[in-house]
Order: sequence, then structure tokens, then C-alpha cells
Amino acid sequence: MALVAAAILLWLVFAVWPDWLIDAIGRKKTFVTTLFNGLTLAGLYFLVASGFTLIFGLMRNVNLAHGSLYLLGGYIGYEVSTRSGSWILGVVVAFVALAVIGAVLQVVVFRRMQGDDLRQTLVTIGISIIAADLMLAAWGGTTYQFTPPDALFGAVELPIISVVKASGAMVMIKYPFYRLFVLGIAIVVGVGLWILLNRTRIGMMIRAGVDDREMLAATGVNVDLVFVLVFAIGAGLAGLAGVIGGTALSIAPGEDVRYLLASLVVVIVGGMGSISGAAIGALLIGLAEQFGLAYFPTYGVVLTFLIMIVVLAVRPQGIMGK
Amino acid sequence: MIAGVVKTISGVRPAWWVALVLLILFPFPANDFFTVQIGAYSMILGLIGLSLMILAGYGGMVSLAQLTAAGLAAYVVAIFGVNSNDVLGFGWSWWIVAPLAIAVGTLFSALVGLIAVRTSGIYMIMITLAIAVSVFFFARQNYEVFNGFTGYAGITAPHIAGVDMRAPLPFYYLSLIGAVFFLAVTAFVEGSPFGLALQATRDNPRRVAALGYSVTAIRVFAFALAGVVAATAGVLLVILNGRVSPGTIGVDVAIDILVIAVVGGLRHPVGPFLGALAFVLLENFAIDLIDRERFNTVIGAAFLLVIFFSPDGLLGLWQKLSDRIKPIQTPTKSEH
Repeated sequence: MALVAAAILLWLVFAVWPDWLIDAIGRKKTFVTTLFNGLTLAGLYFLVASGFTLIFGLMRNVNLAHGSLYLLGGYIGYEVSTRSGSWILGVVVAFVALAVIGAVLQVVVFRRMQGDDLRQTLVTIGISIIAADLMLAAWGGTTYQFTPPDALFGAVELPIISVVKASGAMVMIKYPFYRLFVLGIAIVVGVGLWILLNRTRIGMMIRAGVDDREMLAATGVNVDLVFVLVFAIGAGLAGLAGVIGGTALSIAPGEDVRYLLASLVVVIVGGMGSISGAAIGALLIGLAEQFGLAYFPTYGVVLTFLIMIVVLAVRPQGIMGK
Repeated sequence: MIAGVVKTISGVRPAWWVALVLLILFPFPANDFFTVQIGAYSMILGLIGLSLMILAGYGGMVSLAQLTAAGLAAYVVAIFGVNSNDVLGFGWSWWIVAPLAIAVGTLFSALVGLIAVRTSGIYMIMITLAIAVSVFFFARQNYEVFNGFTGYAGITAPHIAGVDMRAPLPFYYLSLIGAVFFLAVTAFVEGSPFGLALQATRDNPRRVAALGYSVTAIRVFAFALAGVVAATAGVLLVILNGRVSPGTIGVDVAIDILVIAVVGGLRHPVGPFLGALAFVLLENFAIDLIDRERFNTVIGAAFLLVIFFSPDGLLGLWQKLSDRIKPIQTPTKSEH
């Protein structure tokens, strides 16, 4: 079943489309571009949602200020990269700055009300209200756009044939290189998180903490320190995603809510606390959003929502949830 | 049922009657601005907050989609009533449109409940938030039904017995009737078999299920009831404003409703109304204290303060104060 689907997808991507198929669902270029847009968006969503789900998985903290962390990361990255002229430096500073902010949040706010889910949720809502307002005060309502470094700029030709002209010349599909880079970063981060969680000592502690926090503490591990570390990584990833996403799309007030919603839906669909769930959820939602946008514009949002309802109806704990 | 109603009415403490009389007399010393923009508007926001309080206070279910139910009711009024956008606007009579709007809002809330009760706690907050944001984006993008970004304007107000319901005095009393009616209904429901069952599902859903009740049915019915309250507030809101747009059901407003209910207090149905009054007063007069642009910072900070220091909201604060003033209380009921 999965093999057949994969074969059909591969054929759709690499084959030259016959006329009847073009008549049925439009030009191949639209399809392939939409597919890549969906994958890129999924990569971005994964970057934001993986931090969110990591924090929830270990600490049961629902950080509804996660979208604000994304937006703040974007603004900080913008300031640093425009002033220093180095985009990479912007990415690094945004990650570090947000990791520090995340650690402070954990120590100052979450540790005080550990185990009180509702209060934590409400507090993060309060924080996100204030953060959104202060960011509006600092950066105004304008939309900011980054320029990626020259090495990542421009379009590349994919080894995918769009159409074969009557003359026999093959037209290849072109795609912005930076967007492929976003996808690459998401895969690198995903693999990195997997190695961190499954192949290192810290990862072992984190996994143990997810399953049984008290037992981990009883074995002599400083759980508080692990909590701070995970919160820092999660928040840092949101900041990193802010710069990466701000470069691919843009940064403006309101993006915080958009990415918070995306993270929520991704982890609801994929299963709270699971990194692989976040990857699956991000793929589903990213592709659904872009295909919805391309093929039935008004109802793209509804498609996302439908996926969520179906998952909730069949598996309330999410696809990879325990 | 009737005996229960009589018992509820006779059980009302004198202080409430005094408050009611004061509220009835309020428009006479007050000007139009205070009557409508402070008084009536607080009651509308309080009603939407009450919708959340019914779910959160009695059922332990925090829903961020109650404003959306109110907003959909407002949209129904715009679509089936009269609007000036030349989109839809069937011009039906108010006697049909208002109940239809309330029915749609109720149905929506019940549907949200049907999905949301599959989960609980923080999951429910996230799912209802996701639903609220999805409806917001959908309304903003859909031009056939929701008229997209602009929404609807120029929605006419009903005239009952020749009285324009948007005029300050009639509208104030209309809102007051709505607020008092649903406060009374909530007080009545609290002690009814359904209300007790709902509170039991909050405290121990397993035991309620073991007793043979359907926890899902009780919770979904609570969502429907909360939907009636929210949808009525939505109809009042559209009478007041004469317009509705995606901004009406924006996520920031939905969060405001949560702030109102939590700041007021979720333990008693009057809490959301107190929260709404505080919110509206702050919204209108905070400009005198600080820059209007930073209103959200003030609101957010007030919200954080309340959560940190008085988890039961303003009502909890009041309770603490009165406890401190009269520390020795003669017990009125024996403990065994």
C-alpha cells in the first residue's frame, strides 16, 4: 500500500505527464512546485513544533508563548544580520538569545508552578500578550524581509522535467535554492535531535524523564538542570526557526499566532511529546496547507482543520502519541 | 422544576436585589457613553465570559472557542438580516433571525464540545484555540458567506413596538435582561441534577461514569448550554455595533475573554461580569494613565498579577479581604 503510493508519487514527480493527466489536475509545474513548497513549509513547521513538543514531552509545560519566541527570534536575527551583514551570525545569535530567554522562563516562571497545567498555560498566554505588544512597540507593524547569503540566493534547476517542447527540448523545473536549504536544515535538526535523544547520555536522561520524572530524580540526576536544558533547546529552536522562516517568508506582527497555531496543530496531529510525531504532523500539515492553497484556495485552512478532526476522532492522542 | 425556580428566587440574598435595583437605576445618573460603552458592553463581554465560566468553573473545561460561537451568531444576524454590503442579507424579520442566530451559535458550541471532550485539560485549550483560529482564518478568506476581510456592516437593529433597540436606554435594558436572565439560569442550573452531574464530572469523571452517567453527554450538553449564552451575547453585540468582521472573532479577542473570566473569577457566575467591567474600565481609561498603544501590556500584566497572586480572580481577592476583616466567624452550619 505505502509502496504503491510512493511509486505513484515518484512517477508523478519524475515522469513527463501525459495530456490526460494535465487535463485532469493541471500543469506538472504547479504540482511539483506545490509539493516542494509543502515540504519546505513542513520543514519550517517541524523546526518550530519540535521545540514545542520536546518541552511538553518532558515537562508537561504547554508553552503558549512559543509563537512569541519564534517572532522574537526573527526580529533579533533581523537586527543582528542587517547590522553585522552576516546572516549566519543572525541565526546563531537568535538561537543563543532565545535559548537564554527560554532558560530564564523555565527558572523564573515554570519552576514556580510545576504540575499546575492550567496556571502555566494561562501564564504563558499572559506572557505572549505582553510580548506581542512590546514587540509591536519595538519593531512596529511593518513587515521585515531578510536577504539570505549570496550562496543560498537564486534558483536551481531540479533534475525534474516539466514539459518536453515540440522541438524536443526539455524544460526543467526551477526552484529557489534557499527553500531547499530550509528543508535541509529541518532534516539536519531532526537527525540531530534524534541522535541527541537516542545516542547520548543527556538524551537518555531526557527520555527517562519523559517516562518517569521521579525515578530519574531518584537515580541522582539533577532533573532541574535537564529541564532547563530542554527548555533552552526548545526555545532556541523556535528562535532559529524565526530567522530561517523569516528569510523564506517574512516577519511581521501576527506571525507569532500563526506559528503557535501551526505548532499546536502539528503536535495535536503528530502526538504530543514525540519528535517523530512532530515530523509526521509537520509533513501532513505543510503539504495540506500548500496543496489546499494551490488547488482550492479558500478552503486550505479547512483542510488542515479536517486532518485534525479526523486524527482526533480516530486517535485522540495523535498519530505517534502514547 | 417550578419548585426549583421558586427556591432559587427565594434563595437570592438581599444584596443581589440591591445590586439589581442599582443596575436598573444606573442609566439615569449616567450619560449615554457610560450607559452603553461601559454598562451594556461590560454585560455583553460578561455574558461571553459567563459562557466560558460555565464550562471552566463547573465542568473544568477551558474553551477558547466561545467567542467564536458568539461571533458566528453575529454573522448569522448579518447574513439573514439586513446589511449594507450587498452580500447576502436576506432581510428576514428579527423574530426569526435572532432565534436562528442563537441556534447556530449553540450548535457550533455543541460541535466544538463533541470534538473537544475527547480530550481534557491543556489539550482541550489547545484544540479549542486551534478551532477558534481556524474559523477566524476561514472567515477572513471566505467571501461567499463571510464576506472575507471586510465582513458585514450597516446591520440594522430591531425595532420592538416602535422602539429602536440600538438607542442607549433600550439597549442597556436589553443587555441587562440578558445578563440577569442568564445569571439566574446559571444559578438555577448549578443546583439542578444536570449541574451537579457536571460538577461531578469535573471532580471525578471516572466515578460519574461508574454511576451510569454518560460523561460525554453531560459535557457536550454543557457546551450547548454555554453556546446559548455566548450566542445571545453575539446577537447583542451585533445590535450594538451594527457590524461584524473576522476581527470580531480574532484570537486576541478570544484571549481577552479568557482574561476577563479568569481575572473576574471562575468560581461564581458573577465573576466574569466583574472581570468584564474591570476590563472595559481599563480599556477606556487606561489612556489617561499610560499610552493607549500599550493597552495590551497593561492587560497582560494585570492578568499575570491575578494568576500569580489570586488564582480565584477578583472574587477570590474579595473573599480574602472579607475574611481578613472579620477573622472570627460564627459557624452557621455544623460540620458533621
